[in-house]
Formats: sequence, C-alpha cells, structure tokens
Amino acid sequence: MPDDNTPLLSVSGLTVSFRTERGTASAINGVDFTLKRGEVLCLLGESGSGKSVTLRALMRLLPERRSRIGGTVLLNGEDVYTLPERRMERLRGKAISMVFQEPMLALDPVYTIGHQIAETIVRHEGVSFADAERRALDLLERVQIPSAKRRLKAYPHEMSGGMRQRAMIALALSCNPALLLADEPTTALDATVQMQILLLLRQLQAELNMAVIMVTHDMGVAAETADRIAVMYAGRFVELGTARQVLKTPQHPYTAGLMSSTVHGNMRGHALEAIPGAPPDLTALPPGCAYAPRCAYAEAACTAAPPPETWLEPGRMARCVRACAAVPAAV
Amino acid sequence: MTSLHRLDPVPDIGGPQQPLLSVGNLTKHFPVRGGLTGPKPVARAVDGVSFSVAKGETLGVVGESGCGKSTTARLLMRLIEPDGGDIVFDGETVGTRSGLSLRELRRRMQMVFQDSYASLNPRLTIADSLAFAPMVHGVSRRDATAVAGDLLGRVGLDPGTFMGRYPHELSGGQRQRVNIARALALRPRLVILDEAVSALDKSVEAQVLNLLVELKRQLDLTYIFISHDLNVVHYISDRVLVMYLGKVAEVGPVEAIYGRPAHPYTRALFSARLSMDPDERTAAAPLQGDPPNPINPPSGCRFRTRCPHATGVCAEREPVPMDLGGGHIVACHLHDSASGHPEAHAYA
Amino acid sequence: MEATAAKPSFPAKPKAARSPGYWTMVGRRLRRDPVTMACLALLLAIVLSAVFADLLAPADPYKTSMIRRLKPIGTPNHPLGTDELGRDMLSRLLYGGRMSLVMGITPVLNALAIGGLLGIVAGFFGGRLNMAIMRTMDVLYAFPSVLLAVAISGALGSGLTNAIVALTIVFIPPLARIAETVTTQVRGLDFVDAARASGAGSLTIIRVHLLPNVLGPIFVYASSLISVSIILASGLSFLGLGVEPPQAEWGLMLNTLRQAIYVQPWVAVLPGALIFLTSICCNLASDGLRTAMEVKL
Repeated sequence: MPDDNTPLLSVSGLTVSFRTERGTASAINGVDFTLKRGEVLCLLGESGSGKSVTLRALMRLLPERRSRIGGTVLLNGEDVYTLPERRMERLRGKAISMVFQEPMLALDPVYTIGHQIAETIVRHEGVSFADAERRALDLLERVQIPSAKRRLKAYPHEMSGGMRQRAMIALALSCNPALLLADEPTTALDATVQMQILLLLRQLQAELNMAVIMVTHDMGVAAETADRIAVMYAGRFVELGTARQVLKTPQHPYTAGLMSSTVHGNMRGHALEAIPGAPPDLTALPPGCAYAPRCAYAEAACTAAPPPETWLEPGRMARCVRACAAVPAAV
Repeated sequence: MTSLHRLDPVPDIGGPQQPLLSVGNLTKHFPVRGGLTGPKPVARAVDGVSFSVAKGETLGVVGESGCGKSTTARLLMRLIEPDGGDIVFDGETVGTRSGLSLRELRRRMQMVFQDSYASLNPRLTIADSLAFAPMVHGVSRRDATAVAGDLLGRVGLDPGTFMGRYPHELSGGQRQRVNIARALALRPRLVILDEAVSALDKSVEAQVLNLLVELKRQLDLTYIFISHDLNVVHYISDRVLVMYLGKVAEVGPVEAIYGRPAHPYTRALFSARLSMDPDERTAAAPLQGDPPNPINPPSGCRFRTRCPHATGVCAEREPVPMDLGGGHIVACHLHDSASGHPEAHAYA
Repeated sequence: MEATAAKPSFPAKPKAARSPGYWTMVGRRLRRDPVTMACLALLLAIVLSAVFADLLAPADPYKTSMIRRLKPIGTPNHPLGTDELGRDMLSRLLYGGRMSLVMGITPVLNALAIGGLLGIVAGFFGGRLNMAIMRTMDVLYAFPSVLLAVAISGALGSGLTNAIVALTIVFIPPLARIAETVTTQVRGLDFVDAARASGAGSLTIIRVHLLPNVLGPIFVYASSLISVSIILASGLSFLGLGVEPPQAEWGLMLNTLRQAIYVQPWVAVLPGALIFLTSICCNLASDGLRTAMEVKL
C-alpha cells in the first residue's frame, strides 16, 4: 500500500478522440490533474466539454475500437492503460467505482438490489454469499434506505427514482472503493430528492474518507459538494482551483460567463448576460483557444495557439492569455 | 410585424380586465394497468386544478415530477382529452357549441416542448416545419414560406442559412429557437412553454430566456412557463403556481411566493435550492423521501406524508384554498383558522 | 382546406442551398458499403435475367428430349446441362427465376400494402381500433408461417394465384405488427403533438409527419421478408402446392431433380443454389439498407 502522500490518482496528458461519421471528434485534448485521498473534485462543464468522457477514460470504460486514448492514468501508482483487462476488472468496483445519472439503466433489472450488491462483494472479496448479503443490508442502511431489510428483496423497477439512486450508491460503495466517480448523479432527480442525495454523498464521502470525482453541469451541485473545481471546455481544463476560488473569483472568461448566465437569486427585470454562440464542434476545433469565438476579451494571441496553463498560485490554474490580468468577477 | 399579416391577428374580446385564460376544476385520471380484482386503479395526474392567466402576464408553474404540470399543459392544448373541467379563453368556453372550436383554440394558444429534437420532424427542412401550421390554416405555400423566413429572423437565426437545413444539423439552442418560431407562426396570444429551456446548456439557456422576454414584449404575448427550475421561474414569471400531486398547493404573485411562501411544500422546495456559495452549503434536506405516486395518492392533503406539520386533520379533510390577500392563495390547513389544525392560529 | 391538397414533400424554395435530404444521405452511405452494393448488383442481374428470359434463354425450356436427359454441366448447346426430361437447364433456370421472383416478391408487396396500412391505422388511432386490428393479427401470428402457408394453399388448391394469396396472408401479420410499432413510436414524438396543436387534421398529419418517418423502417423489414417469401414459395412448389409442372420454377425444379442427385449432383443443386443466392442477397441488401438508414436525421 503506497503511503498517503502519493496522489491516489494522477492523470497526465490525457487525450481521447472518437472516430465518427463526420470525422475525428477530439473529445479530450490534454487533461492533467492529481487527486489526493479523500478529496472531492468537480468537473464542471456543458454538453460536449468532455467531462463525462474524462470520467469514463479513468475507468477504462470507453469503447476501445472506436476511440483513441493517449496519456497516462495512474491509480495508486498503477498505470490503468497497461494493466491486463482481467486485472482492470478486479480494480473496477474495488478500488474505483461509478455512479451513473440514470440508475435504471445501470442496475440489472432481473436481479434484486440485495442480490446485485451481494454478488459484487462475493466477486471481489470471495466471501460467502450469506456474509455478502449481511454486508448488503448494512450498505442499504448506510445509504438511508428506509426498511432496508425489505428493500433488499426489491427489484430496481419497484423503487422510486431517489431510492434507486441510493441503491446505486450502495452498489458502488459495496467494496469500499478509494475513488468514487459520479456522473451527474442527481440530474435526473427532483429538487427535493436531489438535495437528499447530495447530502448523502457528502456524508458518506466524509465518513469513508473516499475521493470523489463528480461530473456536473450545475454550478450549484459543485458549490454544494466540491473541494476543488475544474471547469472544462472543449476537452480541456480551462480553470482549476478550490471551489471558493473558482466560484468567487473566476479567472477564465468562460467561468465568469457561465456564472452570469446562470439564473440565480433575484435577477428579475434584467436581461441575462448570456454567452453568445454555441459550444464548439469537436470535429473542427479552432487552432487557438476553443472559447475565443465566444469570448468578449478575445485578441489575436487567442486564435494563434491554445493558451498554455497559467498557474496563478499552487493549485490555481487558468488557461487564458489574460490570466495574469484581472478578469471582471461575476456578478 | 410587416409580413406576418397573412394570418390576421386574433382580436381581443373582453378587454384587459378579463383573464386571457381561466381554467376551472380541470381533471384527468389516467387508467393504469393493475390488479384483476377490485376497483380499476387510476393515476390522478391532474385532479381539480383551477387557475387563471391575465392578459400579458407570465404564469410560472413549478412542481416535481408527477405533479401534473406537463399533463396540465397538454390538457390546455387539448392534446389529451380532459375528464372534466372548463377552459375559457378570453371569455369563450372551449369545446362548446357556442364557444371556441378546438381549431380556433389552437390558433390562439401554442406550445413549446422540452425536447427540442423530438419536437421537430426529422424529415422536414426548417422552412417546411415552420410553414406547416400557416398552411394548415389556409395560407398559401409562398406566403407561408415567407412567414417562415420572418419567424427565423425574429428568433435570431439567419433565414438564408437555416431555411433549407434539417433539424439534426442544428445545435440544441438553435432547434429550440426554431420550436419557438413555430409556436409563433399562427400569431397566438398565449404560449405554453413546457420545460422549454430545461434541456439547454446554461450559457444557451440564458440566450433563449432573453429571447423569450424580448418576443413577449414585441408580440404582446402571454406565457405559461412550466419549469422545475425555481431560479428561472423567479426570473421570468409575474405569478407562480405551485403544484403537488395533481393539485394546486399555492398560487400568487411572484414576490409573495418567493418572499413569503405559505405552503410547507413551497417552503421545502425553496430550501432544496442549491447554494451557489461553497461557504454556505445546505446543511439538511428539507424533505425526506420521494414524491408519492399519483396512483392512490394520500387522503386529505396530498402533501401530508412528507409534511413536517401534518396532523390528524390533514388526513381527514382536503384543505380549502384560502386567500391570504393580493391573490396569494394557499391550500393548507395551517392557514385556515377554521380547519382545526392545532398550529393553525399561529399562521392565520 | 388548402394544406390538405398540397403535396407531402412541401418543396419550399429557400434562397439558400438546401441540405441533402434523408434519402440522399442513405444513398451516399449505401454507395460506401461494398457488400450491399455487390448484393444489389447481383439481385439486379437476377431480376434482369428473369425479365429478359425470352431473349437470354438459348433453348425452349419446355422442349423435352429423351436422349438428352441429365447431361452434365458443359455439354455443347446445354451450358448448364439438362434435367430429367432432357430440357435445357439454363433456359429453365432463367424462366424459373421469373416465376420464383413473382411468387417471392408479389406476396410481400401485397402484404406491405395491406399489413402496412392496417398497422399504421392501428398505431395512429390507437384505442379500440388498435385492439381489434392487432388482436386479429396476433391470431394469425400464432401459427408457424410455413404451416399457415401450407394450410391456406392446401385449402385453396394449388396454382400460382392461390400460392400468392396464401403467402400474402402469411406476411400481413408481421408487417402490420412492425408498422404498428413504428407508428406508435413516431406518434408519441412531440412533433406529432406539435402538428396536432397547429390544428392539422389526421390525414394531413399522417401524410406530412407520419409516413415519411415510418415508411423507411417498414420497407426495410419488408425487404428482409422477400428472402423468406422466395424460400416459402419454392417450398410450396416443391410440395406441389404452388406452380404446377411443366412450368419452370426453382422450387419445383428442385423437387423434380431430387432423384437425379446421385446421377448429376451439380445439375440437381442448381435451382437450390439460385434460391440460396437470391435469398442471401436479399437478406444482406436488407441489412445494408437498415444500416444505411440509421443515419441520424
């Protein structure tokens, strides 16, 4: 077991491209970060920003035939992409596991919740099925499913959306993963249920000292859960920092624009400061900064080459030519 | 407005004081597949909903899944036949012999759907999709195509670029602009926006919201804006209607609802809003559990199974809507001093 | 109502260039698929050779000759040999293709029209009408197709027309079912509701919004039935329920040549090989078409 100072996860130069009908889509164009044990990182971005692809790339879940993946992903010091598939299968679920947006699609409809959790435990830890079922009951209680004993015998379709997501979380936690990946876990849920699930995730993360990478498009979800936030645009981290830094003093014009175009508080009667245009076409990314065509501060340097990472202080990065100068903070 | 004249505007009948739309006791129960014995189970999707919309205002409708907000929209458009209730449009009752025909209603009232892709026919060009409705109402193809061009310009899309395109070639935001344009093609007075911006990226959502505000001003429209996003509803609405399990929980001016929410459910919804500040995170979830199923909803007050104030009276009797003044109406025993709820006097 | 009289394609003339339509895109994808193109070419050759059998056949397909029975492939004047009655195989295969294709394709086309219509009507209007139509189809569907075809053919008596009627009845239920499924799916999409919300009548909606979206998948399914139909038709003839001797038809030829399998195996398998080739080409072409039609539009 490596000591606690080595990062749990270290990603460098990650690139992913897909072959599509219309050409090669560059989904991830160089993502680098490290994650400590027990840390919560939010990947914040809009559709096509590459946040979900990043998550799947970490778990080596991308279809290998259609995608080209570059860079290295070190989990506990082991390179995920050089491991044999058998070893990777053991890693998935045990060291690293995932919660999806739509639990109905991720859970197996023909087995009861209890069976699915117990089976995962048996497969990874080789304990008896009866022991595994006892653990499954503990897990369901842990994710605060009422009358857990009864729910053990429930099929996914018999549960409400919130309960299913709790069951999904229980399944993901079944083998005490060191890293939990969560892909928009509350997007499909109602507001009152979303809050319950976010609080549950926060509580479990603290209790188990588990690292979490949470993918979301919602600044509110990031604000409620993240230690650090990485803002993604066109397959790159355009801004990285603590939740406080990113949300209170955004340095990249895209982050600032995203904040001012998100309706919050009382903005009645004022026109919203929308970002013009639409997210870029991943099959035809501009040579320079991908945000430049929509950016109010774009200058000649922006369109020449992608701006390099500018580190404002340790752990605080913005990928913008103006990053040293002050960008007006969001309202 | 120049070339939209090919379809005459709908005249105003009752003057500004008469509500543009008033809905009384609207009801829709869907049959559900159930047990072979006993009474046939029904989902009480919309169960006696009444409200009105004044001319020129935006009525926001909020609620969680299964509360019946989308069913209400489809009932208003008569895409689903209601089981009961009246719909009166500018003084004319819909569907009666002397009143407004369905065809005429649909000329006056249009709808924008959430899924921008599913709401455009993939085999028609944008121009054809926009020209369809005017042609149905007797406008010639040439004029309808000209209307389509006008409409595209109005929603901020260049007609030269977009007329001959197919829906899959457009981004989500562009498609939703086309859907808005289509809803305006018949020069309606009321537009129902059913989660019309919910599927869009935040940066695009803001553009479309700005467009909606601008169009409303230019074309003198009235909106029913259905959304689960409380912030967006706050931004765009004049009055807000809160629905829970097929019933109206609370309705009133936006300042009253957001400033002094009276129904425990409305308050819970507000406290479930995500904080935008990492230093002020939400500490506790306001409600436990999911919204119950509209099949066999709870007796009495439907919210009582999740309500922190629920007592015996809530299970026995359904609360009567009480006017708290200024058109702020709430259906909760807490606000009815005659209800017998032990905490009622503190509120009334 | 003026719109009802308008054509379904709505060829509005925009000022700008029009994007390529759906079928153009499907055509482009098909052309990039060598297997499908090869199958289509082969099918075209088979169809053309059947259509122009009179011109291509070197001999009279009905002229028997007792001395020239069962000659092997490569015999002078009989490039594909002769059958058990000394008739020229090549000529008989060409004429037989004509009959086999008619018996294979006509029932599918008939069923496409009848079953497709029933399915679309059931899917669009739903409710009791749907129940009535689809339950009737289910009753027919409950019989295995071969058994049903043989039973109906047997009841009606042998002959080309009766065989076609029998096969049509066999193919109506699957086509109606597929048409109903696709129609119900499209019917539930928001653009159909949007069209209803614009005040359009059912016929206009079916014509402009429904048909262009449902015909493709129904057609693809029908094309995959052609191979089954050719095999079933040959089977009926083989059993003596389809075409009657001395008519040339592949299934019937297979039957009459089956005793010659030990004498001239290569000649005897020729009709079977053609049935196989035609049906596999139909299947592969149908698969290719399905893939090409998955283009997102």
